[in-house]
Amino acid sequence: MRIGVVTFPGTLDDRDALRAVRIAGAEAVPLWHGDDDLQEVDAVVLPGGFSYGDYLRAGAISRFAPVMEKVVDAAKGGIPVLGICNGFQILCETHLLPGSMIKNAHRSFICRDQPLRVENNRTAWTTAYEKDQVIRIPLKNQDGQFVADAKTLDELEGEGRVVFRYTEGATHGPVGFEENPNGSWNGIAGITNEYGNVVGLMPHPEHAVESGFGPDEPGRGTRTGTDGLGFFTSVLTALTA
Amino acid sequence: MPRVVVHVMPKPEILDPQGKAVAGALPRLGFEGIASVRQGKRFELEVEGAVTDEVLATIREAAATLLSNPVIEDVVQVEVEGEAAH
Repeated sequence: MRIGVVTFPGTLDDRDALRAVRIAGAEAVPLWHGDDDLQEVDAVVLPGGFSYGDYLRAGAISRFAPVMEKVVDAAKGGIPVLGICNGFQILCETHLLPGSMIKNAHRSFICRDQPLRVENNRTAWTTAYEKDQVIRIPLKNQDGQFVADAKTLDELEGEGRVVFRYTEGATHGPVGFEENPNGSWNGIAGITNEYGNVVGLMPHPEHAVESGFGPDEPGRGTRTGTDGLGFFTSVLTALTA
Repeated sequence: MPRVVVHVMPKPEILDPQGKAVAGALPRLGFEGIASVRQGKRFELEVEGAVTDEVLATIREAAATLLSNPVIEDVVQVEVEGEAAH
């Protein structure tokens, strides 16, 4: 299986995403923002970072990159697409996912190991998890506050399209943001489209795939967390099903 | 070159963290009596040739497509510099 990872100018986490794909057992294919070619990949990851310096709005310019036209077409055709952090912001700007991200409500950059509750384990990227399982993966963002109008929120909640919700157990954070790190509405950390092939979330599964380099796991040791690997094994399951 | 100015503001129902930060800084600097601040964006677009209705329509479309994200922002004004074209 070939999983592509797109690099935009200002992307930061493409190499970790490529590495996560390889650790999960797939072939990692680097994709370039300026190419209108997906190189026949079976799935696409839009990684984190600050593409185009977050100019205008996070993800606003990347949306119009030549490769994104192909990603949008492929996503509408059903291939699995995962947007992480800036990748999630790009998916919202393309309208593959509803809503948008604005600055964290406390107005500070936040970086911590973040517990998430898996609320939908039927998407292409989450079948390796149990429903309501709590996973811990890194979170690091400036514009991470998920917002949407009331109708969209009702649809997301009613159709079970909230995939991850922030939950308690982080070791630190600004006062009032112990559980919800950025003021996201309904504590939403990640969502999916109506078909479950497109998933976006703010926290970073690709940074939690190998013991020794992952988040600290209370009671299990420092940097031992590998809870993010399930995203990448899930998509392999989806592709071989 | 004639210039068209586009104003974009965060939607009223969306919390504006930047405006809030500015509002918090004002009294610390001794600027009293300001109840709230909302921060938006101003774009100045220079136009080749005259600003016709077609040009304005194109700019309005660009404003809705790229300059603003309708989920979180409103295009509150598109004006030809010197005259209001709402």
